[in-house]
Amino acid sequence: MSNRLLEVKNLVVKYRSGKTAVHAVNGISFGIRKGESLGLVGETGAGKTTTALAILRLIASPPGKIEGGEVEYDGKNLLELPESGMRHIRGNRISMIFQDPMTSLNPVMTVGDQIAATIRLHRKKSRKDAAVEARNMLELVGIPGERYNEYPHQFSGGMKQRVMIAIALSCNPSLLIADEPTTALDVTIQAQVLDLIEKLKREFDTSLLLITHDLGVVAEVCENAAIMYAGEIVEYGNLRHIYKGTLHPYTQGLFESIPNIDEDVRRLKPIEGMMADPTRLPQGCAFALRCPYKDGGCEKNAIPVFEPEPGHLVKCLKWSEIKGSDRRKRLEERRGERIA
Amino acid sequence: MMIPVLIGVSFAIFTLMYFAPGDPADIILGDMATEADKAMFRKEHGLDAPFVVQYFYYVKGIVTRADLGTSYVTKQPVTTEILQRFPATCKLASLSVIVAIITGVSAGIVSATRQYSLLDNICRVVSMAGVSMPNFWMGMMLIILFAVVLKWLPPSGFSTPRHWILPAITIGSSSAATIMRMTRSSMLEVIRQDYIRTARARGESERVVIWNHALKNALIPIITVVGLSFGRLLGGAVMTESIFSIAGLGKLMVDAIKVKNIPMIQGGVLFIAFVMVLLNLLVDVLYAYADPRIRSQYVRPKVRSAPESKEALNAE
Repeated sequence: MSNRLLEVKNLVVKYRSGKTAVHAVNGISFGIRKGESLGLVGETGAGKTTTALAILRLIASPPGKIEGGEVEYDGKNLLELPESGMRHIRGNRISMIFQDPMTSLNPVMTVGDQIAATIRLHRKKSRKDAAVEARNMLELVGIPGERYNEYPHQFSGGMKQRVMIAIALSCNPSLLIADEPTTALDVTIQAQVLDLIEKLKREFDTSLLLITHDLGVVAEVCENAAIMYAGEIVEYGNLRHIYKGTLHPYTQGLFESIPNIDEDVRRLKPIEGMMADPTRLPQGCAFALRCPYKDGGCEKNAIPVFEPEPGHLVKCLKWSEIKGSDRRKRLEERRGERIA
Repeated sequence: MMIPVLIGVSFAIFTLMYFAPGDPADIILGDMATEADKAMFRKEHGLDAPFVVQYFYYVKGIVTRADLGTSYVTKQPVTTEILQRFPATCKLASLSVIVAIITGVSAGIVSATRQYSLLDNICRVVSMAGVSMPNFWMGMMLIILFAVVLKWLPPSGFSTPRHWILPAITIGSSSAATIMRMTRSSMLEVIRQDYIRTARARGESERVVIWNHALKNALIPIITVVGLSFGRLLGGAVMTESIFSIAGLGKLMVDAIKVKNIPMIQGGVLFIAFVMVLLNLLVDVLYAYADPRIRSQYVRPKVRSAPESKEALNAE
């Protein structure tokens, strides 16, 4: 796996407060190749953001702590790097866009200075050159260069997110982590921001880890997708595997909860039940409580990972049963035309 | 805002002094004065006129000639006396505030960045003590320790820098405690903000994150506290000035109150109010300097020409 840019192995992150520990990320593994886009999908609280922050070692500690695993980037384990080495990675080799552009920019610095600061930090440029470069970055994300000296409160949400993208890409990183970059934006702006990310990603030949709870966004931008549930990746594969060959009951549930325009339905169809309490995760499958296929075996032991097809991984004992089920066929019919 | 406040203060203090019991003529002239002497004294200082007339002339004097009246005791203009005393008070206040800012802000930052650590707990206990300890007691303890026992510093006076140290520490310590507590809570709030995480994610060093990004955002409440304590100190730290025998504003006021030197008291109060109001204005200006969001409320942004603003709309 030498062509892997980033390789996360058995990452475990817990948040502790007093005697209880929140098991946020429970031994997840995935990799990203150079130029690849991976979508990390899951509901709120599944551990997506924690995973991203753990890669950059930005988890607030206390209460959070990376308790095990490896994050291998370019052959180095980031978890063992000294803090100074990590600073060289952040913003330079791996950069991150956050969920809420409204609060992610420093309100008392001009946007131009915030971009220029990153450039000066990593690329040893003079103040003047960095300012010119920052202006170019602004233009690149579609903001007129003369707004360099304006403050974040003078920008709209979509424009702030563009500024965030400009900051993130200003040092030409090899990996961009986008943590729900469009969640806080309205739909028309979402499309623009996604287009921008895609365009720049191609231009700079950057790999992308896109965190989202929107399967539509993943279908648009990514080649591969990983579905997260209760701190684990329950299904991993390329778009065809995930969208057409869905094998995990949770992924099925996600698709079923997307309303279909052709059907006349009164209510949305959510997945029954609540997510397992992350302070007291069950021994076996964390999804068993809500799973229509579960039997005794599911709740006993940890679930191994199966590979029904090369590159398609699923963490479910019942995958072969699901493969032949009517429910899956129905789902497939519904989405037949979505993924060609 | 300045003018209504000053009018209000002048009216309040004037009324208060007018209706306060005790005739200044009795106190100033002493037991031996005859009824005729007292009448002459009242006539000389206009005390026999009705209240409204007295107040009118008082305000008129201030507005037209910056005249706060004449001291009963020294027969000097009150303005002159106050201005003579003010430099010492101002120097003391500035020194104390500098001491307070340096210790308060750095202790606050240390406390906030290492929340619940031993260092944080020490800082919090010391600041709690600083807030609760009366200034005069602190001053006397310092005199005993550094002037009497160790003989390092002079116990009183305000002539050389060596004389400045103890009073400045005495007054500064209580302000430092307040500033420290405000810095700590303000920093704790800012440190949890998303943009601090963004700064870290850009690869900024912890020092830059704390001093440039966090402190700048935490500044507003700190400026408020510093402004307030500076204003309070400029009014004269009565106790401390008495303990260290510093000829400042506070001491002047206390002496005036003792003998019911009405023009002196009124002038002093009005002057302190004036300084306070001025300082508040300064603090407001500093707010705008520290926070561009406040600035943009006062300063109209440059109006962009029409085609450009349309372009900005399109870009959006």
